[in-house]
Amino acid sequence: MAANPQLNASGELQHLLSIEGLPRAILEQILNTAESFVGVTEREVKKVPLMRGKSVFNLFFEPSTRTRTTFEIAAKRLSADVINLNVAASSQTKGESLLDTVANLSAMQADVFVVRHGSSGAPYLIARHVKPHEHVINAGDGRHAHPTQGLLDLYTIRHYKKDFGALTVAIVGDVLHSRVARSLIHGLTTLGAPEVRVIGPQTLIPAGVAALGVRVFHDMRAGLKGCDVVVMLRLQNERMNGPLLPSAQEFFKNYGLTAEKLALANPDAIVMHPGPMNRGVEIDSPVADGPHSVILPQVTFGIAVRMAVMSIVAGN
Amino acid sequence: MNAKLPDAEALLPKLAAELKARITPASAMIGLHTGGVWVAERLHPLLGLKEPLGVMDIAFYRDDYAKEGLKHDPKRTRIPFEVEGRDLLLVDDVLYTGRTVRAAMNELFDYGRPRSIALVVLADRGGRQLPIAAQHAGARVEVPAGKRLRLKRAADGRLSLELEDGG
Amino acid sequence: MSLLIKGGRIVDPASGRDEIGDVFVDKGRIAEKKGKADETIDAKGLVVAPGLIDLAARLREPGQEYKATLASEMDAAVAGGVTSLACPPDTHPPLDEPGLVDMLRRRAKALSRARAYPVGALTVKLAGERLAEMSVLAEAGCVAFSQANVPIADTQVLWRALQYAATFGYPVWLRAEDRWLSREGVAHDGEMATRLGLAGIPAFTETIALATMLQLVGATGARVHFCRLSTAAAVDMMRAAKKEKLPVTCDVGIHYVHLSETDLGYYDSHCRLDPPLRSQRDREALAAGLADGTIDCVVSDHAPVDEDQKQLPFAEAETGATGLELLLPLALKWGAGRKLSLVKTLARVTSDPARILGVQSGRIAPGAPADLVLFDPEESWRVLPGALKSQGKNTPFLGYELAGRVHETIVAGSVVYRKQ
Repeated sequence: MAANPQLNASGELQHLLSIEGLPRAILEQILNTAESFVGVTEREVKKVPLMRGKSVFNLFFEPSTRTRTTFEIAAKRLSADVINLNVAASSQTKGESLLDTVANLSAMQADVFVVRHGSSGAPYLIARHVKPHEHVINAGDGRHAHPTQGLLDLYTIRHYKKDFGALTVAIVGDVLHSRVARSLIHGLTTLGAPEVRVIGPQTLIPAGVAALGVRVFHDMRAGLKGCDVVVMLRLQNERMNGPLLPSAQEFFKNYGLTAEKLALANPDAIVMHPGPMNRGVEIDSPVADGPHSVILPQVTFGIAVRMAVMSIVAGN
Repeated sequence: MNAKLPDAEALLPKLAAELKARITPASAMIGLHTGGVWVAERLHPLLGLKEPLGVMDIAFYRDDYAKEGLKHDPKRTRIPFEVEGRDLLLVDDVLYTGRTVRAAMNELFDYGRPRSIALVVLADRGGRQLPIAAQHAGARVEVPAGKRLRLKRAADGRLSLELEDGG
Repeated sequence: MSLLIKGGRIVDPASGRDEIGDVFVDKGRIAEKKGKADETIDAKGLVVAPGLIDLAARLREPGQEYKATLASEMDAAVAGGVTSLACPPDTHPPLDEPGLVDMLRRRAKALSRARAYPVGALTVKLAGERLAEMSVLAEAGCVAFSQANVPIADTQVLWRALQYAATFGYPVWLRAEDRWLSREGVAHDGEMATRLGLAGIPAFTETIALATMLQLVGATGARVHFCRLSTAAAVDMMRAAKKEKLPVTCDVGIHYVHLSETDLGYYDSHCRLDPPLRSQRDREALAAGLADGTIDCVVSDHAPVDEDQKQLPFAEAETGATGLELLLPLALKWGAGRKLSLVKTLARVTSDPARILGVQSGRIAPGAPADLVLFDPEESWRVLPGALKSQGKNTPFLGYELAGRVHETIVAGSVVYRKQ
């Protein structure tokens, strides 16, 4: 198999495409750097001049205000110039190929491409075709990976729980379609979390998931026992009322997080959600707003983590 | 060990004595990672400062990012007091080109506007590339070409100056 | 025009012959005795075998000339030592009208390269609703009827199509695939698809359809050839079906005995194939099944694809790999890997497909058509775009060095390809 396309010849991170395949040292480098950036986000002047003169192009083929905005904030706090390109999927099918779009942007002196695309693997295709000084950051590709989300989840867990080596983590919901789940699973196993669980109905758990090093539970109560971290995944509307799930109500009955179910986890368990939340579907409001929830801090950490990723790849 | 290098441990009380004269009610100290923090940790308790020690990493303000990238995991800058209106003592281990101090001052001003900044270094090896000067230097040290002056900390906390190969 | 092929290693799987000797060709056929030769080819150091017979090669005409043309792909065929090939009906428009079939046959014949055997559409436009006019199409030259890669969803239609074909004894070539189960998938539903976040096509997509089709064969007596097996379970089912003496045969694509889902790597769209590359266990079972004869023959499944259609995210890329020029070296590689004799290895690309096609080629015997390939089994060459005559440069084997180089290809007694 080819060499890891994320690393350059010296083993440094040149693109962030997936958490899978990254050595532990690089994950830790990102988390440690993010910690310094958290300090920056907490002071009044939230900017550092690190990436002044560099251009970050947000290339979003799938619409997303939240993720795009956090990348934009992160780039601006690094003093980089930000260009936002919302290439709707339909314009793609109408004419310009993915690679042509990238080539045109390349000609405009980009340094970093932040790419979100509906097809798994699209950022890899782009990374194979950019110039040596250009860097690709995957902001989510199909159901494959969302590495910056995975990293901010890891950061959040490290912030509250310190040591991965003793943790039981449960990821609940639509794992089949979730790039967030895949990224987090790879991150947790690389950083040594001994027990990673996925919880969901058979229709939403992918066939080969056990090979990723996780334990599969279909019974949520059984799966939550002894957990230190509970990550609730977003359930998209199009998944409901079809061959995968009968309804949102039934999903909530079996797999929604309520205080009663959360009580089965460890008393100091934290509750995470990549957002945006569907209250009453994955999670009820008392839990989402309750003392175990770290959902809002996740967002703050997300900016620092993205600052860390950008500054590391753009410097290599 | 090079016999010509000064004893770092001996320099500390000398510096502390000098600094006592300039302490004001608004004084506070900030050490620069990593060697500057070691020196500041030794000086701080000797000066009776009200505010705890601040520590700073200048990684995000360096002028060589385009060439070198982020070389190593940056440590977290923690300044546990308001910078506004302070008489700051900025502490580093070795003063050479002056670029580190330039970056440190840029970063400091993003925290607030101090009343004054005095630079305190354990060793000044000359070779300035910017108009920067130390108000207090423990010693002047001649460094042969092709060598680097480094501060080392032993397991028991003893500080020592050493020469290493490198620019 | 008479030809003397002198001193080559004659390998004829139909008779089991493997010996140094001469082959004499006269008036387009293998001749009994040596006569006066118009041309002599020195075949010392070369294997002289029947020309390869490839049961699945897309020539992209009519309709997709931007991908490849009859001329370029016929050049590719003979450069690869393929002297007969069967064309699936998924042209644009599909081969459901005698006029199209006739035109294809005539154009192919005019090129005087490999022999082309069109496979007609089983249903009109391959839509799986109305039966195609099989008798008319057979008259125009179709050797069998098929749905190519478009399975019939309505089992009632499938049943009736098999009944109708059985009435006249027309062979039906089918891909065992349940259209509902496969419709969203782009990769084998296993570990790689989970890692890469690709929608999966489970193995039972093939076996559920195969079970249905085998029952229909039993019920109708239709002669069915199953195309492009991809799972270990299907091999077992074929073994059982043959034991029951059902009138069935099957093939496997050459890529599937060498590659598996792991070869997708970091989304290599040259591995975007239909059916998908499956697990290592499946690959092993296919390679073994081809060796023990459960799988009758191996095909190239040649599908030239424009590079623009491959330089896309995996799920959006077009399926298919070029294969006419790789069939011989990859078949040799498979045979060597299973420690088979050259006779046994070559049977799967000569005498066995000849039997399924029902043609006289595929053997070296007096009176048989003089379709031959002379090749050096030891000579290596690197698979580079410039080395391929096909307009399709899309192969997972780009950059590989393969052993097995064609020196001459002879069809109907004429030399149609000579190595430069």
